[in-house]
Amino acid sequence: MRQHRIGNRLFMALVFLFLYAPILLLVVFSFNAGGSNVVWEGFSLRWYQELFQDRRMMEAVYTTLLVSVLATLISTVAGTFASVGLYGMKKRWREPILSVNNIPIMNADIVTGVALCIFFVAVIGGWNDFVTFLEENFRRTLPRLEMGFGTLLLAHLSFDIPYVILNVLPKLRQMDSSLIDAAQDLGCTWMGAFWKVIVPEIKPGIVSGALIAFTMSIDDFVISYFTAGSASTLSIEIYGMVRRRVSPELNAVSTLLFVVVLILLVIINVREARQEKALRRSTARK
Amino acid sequence: MSKELIRLANCTMAFDGEVVLDNINLYINDKEFLTLLGPSGCGKTTTLRIIGGFQEPTSGDVFFDGVRINSIPPHKRAVNTVFQRYALFPHLNVFENIAFGLRIPKVDPETKQKVKLPEQEIHDRVMEMLQVVNLKGFEKRRITQLSGGQQQRVAIARALVNRPKVLLLDEPLGALDLKLRKDMQNELKRIQQSLGITFIYVTHDQEEALAMSDTVVVMDGGKIQQIGTPEDIYNEPKNAFVADFIGESNILDGIMRADGVVEIFNRKFQCLDKGFLPDEPVDVVIRPEDVDIVPEDQGQLKGTVTSVTFKGVHYDTIVDFYGFKWLIQTTDFCPVDSRIGIKIDPDGIHVMKKSQYSGMFGDYSSYSEEYDEIGDATLEPEEEEGERDEE
Repeated sequence: MRQHRIGNRLFMALVFLFLYAPILLLVVFSFNAGGSNVVWEGFSLRWYQELFQDRRMMEAVYTTLLVSVLATLISTVAGTFASVGLYGMKKRWREPILSVNNIPIMNADIVTGVALCIFFVAVIGGWNDFVTFLEENFRRTLPRLEMGFGTLLLAHLSFDIPYVILNVLPKLRQMDSSLIDAAQDLGCTWMGAFWKVIVPEIKPGIVSGALIAFTMSIDDFVISYFTAGSASTLSIEIYGMVRRRVSPELNAVSTLLFVVVLILLVIINVREARQEKALRRSTARK
Repeated sequence: MSKELIRLANCTMAFDGEVVLDNINLYINDKEFLTLLGPSGCGKTTTLRIIGGFQEPTSGDVFFDGVRINSIPPHKRAVNTVFQRYALFPHLNVFENIAFGLRIPKVDPETKQKVKLPEQEIHDRVMEMLQVVNLKGFEKRRITQLSGGQQQRVAIARALVNRPKVLLLDEPLGALDLKLRKDMQNELKRIQQSLGITFIYVTHDQEEALAMSDTVVVMDGGKIQQIGTPEDIYNEPKNAFVADFIGESNILDGIMRADGVVEIFNRKFQCLDKGFLPDEPVDVVIRPEDVDIVPEDQGQLKGTVTSVTFKGVHYDTIVDFYGFKWLIQTTDFCPVDSRIGIKIDPDGIHVMKKSQYSGMFGDYSSYSEEYDEIGDATLEPEEEEGERDEE
């Protein structure tokens, strides 16, 4: 019996080791004074220093943060309104649209990425051909487009919005629909009811949706890689570095990214646990 | 008093081709307590929602104070609603829930500008309302910290604080237990009378309707079956549905032999009803409390007792007359299987024209099951079917 328990614990330790040893190694060696990933030469913040002096890298960090924040803001607003629209729809229409909404979540990133890439290339190509046509025939011109920050942002929106909808719609469904009637009955217009009653009711869903969208955006690689064009995000930059040489600077930047995502995940989980507790308390009361 | 305030003219409502309200005509007087009474799915809540502005009738007109208001949205109507499950805002405390309507800027009819009420006036009016509904000292409480009865009072205060001309109440007492329901009935009646506001009240509980209303509108199948005072509805039901839905009744087939003479089971009975065709087939209602039990040889009808239930004030006695089971409520105990006679005074007999409901109600052979059904129905407040889109 006792031996059995030791076996269990050993197995669990092995599983955790297998899962987290690589990350632990990465974090530890990001503080290595030497340039090796094998030999420990003492603690130092050298690689972090180098990282923050690396202009390319800092630009990538800036792009990543900007695209993540913008994508989160836009997708939270768009996703919330989309959820309200879906909520008011007849089931016959809502269910198929929700299935379509899940596609970007379920679909392999590589497929989404390639598809978006082909789409952007086609649209931008067509537009640029049209501009050339204008220039040649009418001596007028319009700005030409290229893949870059704009396409990157659109791509991020395409996978962020479904997550927001997935978080907001259940909150709407949990809400007593007569609250909207009550607000209007008391003198609100529909928009007034939306801001004064619906938004406070579904706020937990909106915040979770935004947090998840931000997490998805900040650590996305595959889709960004195919749609960033001239822009570069942190994960694309890391990938480029690996191809050149494995520098400990890479450890430093990966550690930072890991910590940011970890914090976000902890926040999301704590919120969820709290909400569940509150829900259980309110149902227990009834 | 008795100035017409609301009129529904030929109102019909259909959802996806399914008719929920069928050509309703109804007027409601100022300061009246009117109850829409009927089983679930009868269209009473739909009628209320049309008056509240949440639904526009498929055809027909709604008038308020003589003005057609069909497409006026709810926020522009001088009407407030107490919802079935209160619909209090969980993110606001008691004070803010009640102040909700007061905080919304209203358009001044003269200057056409939006005006906000001063904070002091909002505070005073909310406090006054808390007093009216006996909730002083509760203003800082969260909604989730209130009992059902307290939430109910907040919902009423939240609606009344806006000083509506009409208060709509959608089964407001359905979720409360019996004792609390009785208290709230008196409370509501008191508030209605002291504030002098028109109440339109929706319920499926006939006792509630009789106890509180000036006027009762009995509905079934999207149609109005009868409009009248509680006494009218009880004593002079128009058809078998109303007779059965309001109180207990024995409904029998009869033939009107002459003015004041109706034949039941081939025996002639004196009654007070007139104006039927000679030999017209009719439905006859006899309330269980209007039947006197007499020794068998003195009875107008003779039958056998099949079941006796003690009810406290009286015995529910089921008697078999020629295969038809009657319910008789009497303080005299008659043992099962005893032969008895009955006498009915002329004013205990009510004659109704035949209707689509004839023959559907009135026999008490399945008495005990029926009682179970009634018991179940009052347990949970029902949502009416077809009211909202399917969820």
